[in-house]
Amino acid sequence: MSVIISAEQINKHFDDLHVLKDVSLDVHEGEVICIIGPSGSGKSTFLRCINQLEVTTDGIIRVMGEIVGYREDGDKLHRLSDRKIAAQRSRVGMVFQRFNLFPHKTVLENILEGPVFVQKRNKEQVKKEALEILKKVGLSNKANSYPNSLSGGQQQRVAIARTLAMKPDAILFDEPTSALDPELVGEVLAVMKELANSGMTMIVVTHEIGFCREVADKVVFMESGEIVAVESPENMLTNPTHARLKEFVSAVL
Amino acid sequence: MIKPKIQYTRVEPSNYGQKITAVLLIMVLIYICMSFWKGQIEWQYVSENLFTPTVLSGVWSMIIMTFLAMALGIILGVMAAVARMSDNRVLQSVSIFYVWLFRGTPALLQLLLWFNLALIFPHLSLFGLVEVRTVDVMTPFVAALLGLGVQQGAYTSEVVRAGILSIDKGQLEAAQSIGMTKFEAMVRIILPQAMRVIIPPIGNETIGMVKLTSLASVIQYSELLRSVEDVYYVNSRVIELLLVAAAWYMVVVTILSIGQYYVEKYFSRGWGADTAPQKQSKLTNAVAEGE
Repeated sequence: MSVIISAEQINKHFDDLHVLKDVSLDVHEGEVICIIGPSGSGKSTFLRCINQLEVTTDGIIRVMGEIVGYREDGDKLHRLSDRKIAAQRSRVGMVFQRFNLFPHKTVLENILEGPVFVQKRNKEQVKKEALEILKKVGLSNKANSYPNSLSGGQQQRVAIARTLAMKPDAILFDEPTSALDPELVGEVLAVMKELANSGMTMIVVTHEIGFCREVADKVVFMESGEIVAVESPENMLTNPTHARLKEFVSAVL
Repeated sequence: MIKPKIQYTRVEPSNYGQKITAVLLIMVLIYICMSFWKGQIEWQYVSENLFTPTVLSGVWSMIIMTFLAMALGIILGVMAAVARMSDNRVLQSVSIFYVWLFRGTPALLQLLLWFNLALIFPHLSLFGLVEVRTVDVMTPFVAALLGLGVQQGAYTSEVVRAGILSIDKGQLEAAQSIGMTKFEAMVRIILPQAMRVIIPPIGNETIGMVKLTSLASVIQYSELLRSVEDVYYVNSRVIELLLVAAAWYMVVVTILSIGQYYVEKYFSRGWGADTAPQKQSKLTNAVAEGE
């Protein structure tokens, strides 16, 4: 299995705040990695670094073997142009806690925006694919609705569809169910489960321990900017090697 | 056991205050109308001059100038706002300097400066290729357009910037995550949403511009005020012709206010109505059939 995303001892500072400390992680093709941990532990920041919404202060991240944000030249890293960084970003999908759908565009227009405008693919072809994807996430009848007329769960499923339409190498989920009413969490998790089963490479920052147990290949526990433990989902619950992880899991459950 | 329901009669407070004020205001209004009616106004001059070619051409010049100056102002304003929000320090500084310079002096003064530009730059040349005398280029029309449009741009840029700032940061991030550059995200995602916030003040400023064009009368641009002045210099019917101008300003402003309502409605799509405009109904049908 090839490595899709690899972080090599990355560090991130916000001024004096050291939010990521020598974080290293390899994500292989088709793997589902769940990242858990208390808030403020750097989970989201790590995710945002992979997609270059934040820039690391040290260390490198590779996606499909290519260093993100920089061109390697001997022992120098040259910052890439905006255009090249945008092209790299388009290969890794991102699903946000607050959905971030474009409210002035219909559901279908939201999904078409990336493939048609950014990837310059044939509009008719993409439209067909988009309607297929909408069917998959159970929202065929909402193609022409505006996001604000949908429930949170529906909006998040549209956001997932928008990401899928880009045909990304991997998808990053940043607490995708944290902003949802409890009764709407299930429908989003169901879509994510199906996605995981179809072989999509995923990194999911979440508090849904049940989802981790069912779907994750590995569970990463972060605290104070460090990866404290990497466990299989079975071990995480029954026999965590790390005392702090045990404490966290029992508190969340 | 159910208690028997009592039928109360609800009594509202009697608004004597409101009623008295209304009566007073109506009396004041009648008094003002009477004064106008009895005053030294020959009303037939008003009606006679409402549609004369001179006045109509003044109205037309006013409309053209309002439209062009606002267009120039909006283009400059959007450019200045985007420049101000960019990561480029040079562009930021240029934008800040532009706003500072053109908000700093009265519009009337700027009009006069543009009109007299020849005193500073006697000749204008395009990279030494073409050279023209400034006085030939800087006609009253051009001076008015530049004077009004460029200073309007400085105000509009602040309105546009406020609109951009009102958009959630997540929108930029979502656009970037599907591979857009910051500039593309600005044009395709941020600005269209910011329009909802920008349009009401822009409509307000357009209405302001209608009346600001009257300043151009001082540099011989024959807009509405200048046109009626030309007429009353001849027939000395000052108040009658000023009332003609007032009537036309009111008409144009009223029409613009109605137009503003429809423009606002268009840019609010996605916030109120829950389905797309009619043009997409074909696709809806296709989806419905597919199920």
